[in-house]
Amino acid sequence: MHLEEFAEGKSFIHSLDPRIKLISLFPFIVIVAIARGLTVPSISLMASAILISFARLHMRPLLERLLAVNLFILFLWLILPFSVEGRSIFTIGPLTATSEGISYALTITLKANAIVLATIALVATIPIFRLVHALRHLKVPEKLVSLFFFCYRYISVLHEDYSALHNAMKMRAFKPATNVHTYRSYAYLVGVLVLKSYEHSEKVYQAMLCRGFRGKFPLLDHFTHITRKDFIFFVSMIFVAACLVTLEVGNHFWGLP
Amino acid sequence: MIKIQKLRFAYPGDKLVFNDLDFLYEKEQKIGIVGPNGSGKTTFFYLIMGLLKPQEGEIEIFNKVRQTEKDFEDVRRKIGFLFQNPDHQLFCPTVAEDIAFGPLNLGKTHKEAREIVSRISKLLGLEKYVDRASYKLSWGEKRLVCMATVLAMEPEVLLLDEPTAGLDERSTHKVLNYLKQDGPSFIIASHDMNFLKTLTDKIYLLNGGKILY
Repeated sequence: MHLEEFAEGKSFIHSLDPRIKLISLFPFIVIVAIARGLTVPSISLMASAILISFARLHMRPLLERLLAVNLFILFLWLILPFSVEGRSIFTIGPLTATSEGISYALTITLKANAIVLATIALVATIPIFRLVHALRHLKVPEKLVSLFFFCYRYISVLHEDYSALHNAMKMRAFKPATNVHTYRSYAYLVGVLVLKSYEHSEKVYQAMLCRGFRGKFPLLDHFTHITRKDFIFFVSMIFVAACLVTLEVGNHFWGLP
Repeated sequence: MIKIQKLRFAYPGDKLVFNDLDFLYEKEQKIGIVGPNGSGKTTFFYLIMGLLKPQEGEIEIFNKVRQTEKDFEDVRRKIGFLFQNPDHQLFCPTVAEDIAFGPLNLGKTHKEAREIVSRISKLLGLEKYVDRASYKLSWGEKRLVCMATVLAMEPEVLLLDEPTAGLDERSTHKVLNYLKQDGPSFIIASHDMNFLKTLTDKIYLLNGGKILY
């Protein structure tokens, strides 16, 4: 399984220091998340699209990820327009769609896509171990970072185990069908995976103990210095975030567009 | 150095693995352990490392009876244990970090750790791997890296569980050479009689929960 497909690349975004990318992403995401109305979310979606275009990612996997996110949002579109009170636009049977409901759903859609795109552009373009190091250098608690890393690391191990077992089943002429044999075989597969992962985690822990582990993860690598490029990027991201804040505040207090 | 007396061990709800096991390992001995599958070679190593606790009997290592987790912390610093499955031993993002993990845990500085990484990787011909992700290597490569992580701790004794399984001839040769020449003393569990014969002073047979000489 390839979980780092966006991390390989040589674009401007890829060449930035991961720490800078993380700290410039944070204010942007917070503002987008708390913004109301349509103005700020649409502008931030545009900003995210610009970031994505800088990262020069492959379109297909990108669209696939967006599709996954928007499938979730689709459910909101089925419910929200009919459950928010306001001016009615049309009715289907007992359900009345309101314009407030629709704009609420639209806001959420814009925000979600903006955040996902910005995260893909700035976080998914960091190879996993650079990301882990960046988090540790940014003083994120060690336990959280380890938890995150082990999740990532063992998703691929689990997936490997799963494919090996599944192949072994196929080698013995297993063909999935709608019958008890199939269900039972899949249940065995899942059962073995659970047992294996438990055992695996135990063994890893024991191996760590054998190498003197006492609850601390030492860090071997250090990042090089921040370059001018990083600095410029950071400042522009802060500038964008500041503009969004101004707009949002203006919107709120003085009813600007 | 390692003295085991009247050891009795069974996995919970399973049949007895060891009954009244006695074993003596003296300083600078190089010994091999052979035995059929499931005879308890790996379990034996786990007991020495304190990863499993015996139901009865006494384990004395470096002239001290070892019982608690704390006792074994000290043992693990001085005895290097190579697991059979490399996936169990490697977990760091890069090979270099995996090799440095042990030394850093032992309180070495970054500079020292780096020196150890470059020395060990040279020794085993792993120079070109150090910056790669350890979990993306092939099985044989992973086993070599595991060997490196254990050697990096600079142990006094090595416990090697099937060290040559999955290695190609060249890598086997490298490991062999190292163990023959300047390596620490060791206990090796293996099926490979030829490999053991060229390396060890003594070969023990583990069978039916007893060690035969």
